[in-house]
Amino acid sequence: MAKELWKGNEAIAEAAVRAGLEAYFGYPITPQTEVLEYLAKRMPELGRAFVQAESELGAINMVYGAACTGVRVMSSSSSPGMSLMMEGISYIAGTEVPAVLVNVMRGGPGLGNIAPAQGDYNQAVHGGGHGDYQAIVLAPASVQEAIDLTVLSFDLAEKYRAICMVILDGCVGQMMEPAEMPEMRPVRREDWDWNTDGKMGKRERRILSSIYIDPVEEEKTNLRLLNRWRTIQANEVRYKEYFLDDAEIVIVGFGTAGRVALSAVREARAQGIKVGLLRPITVSPFPYEVLDQLSGRVDAFLVTEMNSGQMLEDVRLAVKGRVPVEFYGRLGGVVPFPDEILNEIHRMVKVKLSADVHPRDAWLERMAHA
Amino acid sequence: MQKEIIISGFGGQGVLFAGQVIAYAAMDSGKQVTWIPSYGPEMRGGTANCTVVIADQEIGSPLVEHPPLAIALNLPSFDKYEAMMQTGGTLIVNKSMVDRASKRNDIQAIMIPCNEIAEEIGDKKLTNMVAAGALLSALPEVSLQMIEAALKAHLPARHQHLLPKNYEALRRGFEFAKAQVQ
Repeated sequence: MAKELWKGNEAIAEAAVRAGLEAYFGYPITPQTEVLEYLAKRMPELGRAFVQAESELGAINMVYGAACTGVRVMSSSSSPGMSLMMEGISYIAGTEVPAVLVNVMRGGPGLGNIAPAQGDYNQAVHGGGHGDYQAIVLAPASVQEAIDLTVLSFDLAEKYRAICMVILDGCVGQMMEPAEMPEMRPVRREDWDWNTDGKMGKRERRILSSIYIDPVEEEKTNLRLLNRWRTIQANEVRYKEYFLDDAEIVIVGFGTAGRVALSAVREARAQGIKVGLLRPITVSPFPYEVLDQLSGRVDAFLVTEMNSGQMLEDVRLAVKGRVPVEFYGRLGGVVPFPDEILNEIHRMVKVKLSADVHPRDAWLERMAHA
Repeated sequence: MQKEIIISGFGGQGVLFAGQVIAYAAMDSGKQVTWIPSYGPEMRGGTANCTVVIADQEIGSPLVEHPPLAIALNLPSFDKYEAMMQTGGTLIVNKSMVDRASKRNDIQAIMIPCNEIAEEIGDKKLTNMVAAGALLSALPEVSLQMIEAALKAHLPARHQHLLPKNYEALRRGFEFAKAQVQ
């Protein structure tokens, strides 16, 4: 299929349709609204379900109900709307039903603004909803990746009966790039052994719930989720490498921060600086292992994010203090320019780096004197 | 090769569409391209801009601080982007909406009466295409033929009857800019 110029949000919507999305429930919020707008037209054309719910709470609970029937279901929102969905997300996780959720992140906290940001990393990767659960979280940096990862998210959610979130920032949502859509997959109704789609007198009754009154049963459920998560960690880590072979400095950044860093890396390479880029695609499960290996052979890391250093903590866990980890972030909806990251690379080449100071403190100190 | 372009003006002047047309032409000729709009809480009459990046390889940042190429369709855009241009860059200025000359002598500011040219062709809404044509004089990677083919290929059927006037606007802008540079 030929490449077309797709806007990120609309590309995600069409990719979901082609992956066999049968039901979408959502509520408008900038910079995500085009997902909902596109599906409002597209889903009825195909005889599939589209509901603009009364609120994000309504939408996520409709997702929960539809997910229990075993069909492919999705919702999308942006930061404040995702926060409203967190209770339902925890219930979906506790019930062990597959669902796909898209968060086109904007500046926060609170109402914040509608500019591109990555401040919901911790919410997506390290919790959000209550209780012991983890979600698979994918972070596209381009429109093509947004398409590919949306399709993948349905497969992963079903494979592990888990929540799969696609987190992107307003940049990727609003940007147009040439991209190729996958072929339209037929809608499949899998014969799962768990879904509640009507027993029709053919099988035993099934009950789906997140209630385990007996703590021992709840503990068993928690352990089942944990063991499933270990399988996901072992099998589903994805990342993209750029110029890592001979790199002495490695930048780590996801989504837009990662692709902005790529421009800086190319510029630094042109100046003869041996710098590479690791762009996590699954931020959960996090690519600890490759960072662990890199820690043994590179001089330093630089983490770049459009937040105050949320993924930074995961990089530090992987590096274990063996080499300095530096940080550069922009907050509140500000997108860094490549020159800002290039300046950091130049500084790291010139200055003797220390692993003793927390990189966030050192970065704040530099910002105060800039 | 990588070229960054910022196109800016009032909402309603066709700024975003002009960027898309250039992006389509770049895509159709096998280049990598990104198009990203300003998407703040703008309304009609407010300012709008978009950034287009064209490259041979995977594009990193879709935004640029100091563009080598820009179009300013009104005075606020001229004021803003004139200061931000890369040294040696080319800025296409809609002279119809601007009452001053460029303050910089290290960039090439091409002053072109886009509104008047569009009106001569018979449609005020062609201002953006006149400016896009002028920009092509400084963007050899995208030819007039490529952009005309892109317009034809991507304009919906109900708008295809507008093609001849769009072609004329592009050509008039292109020729005006070339004449001014010489």
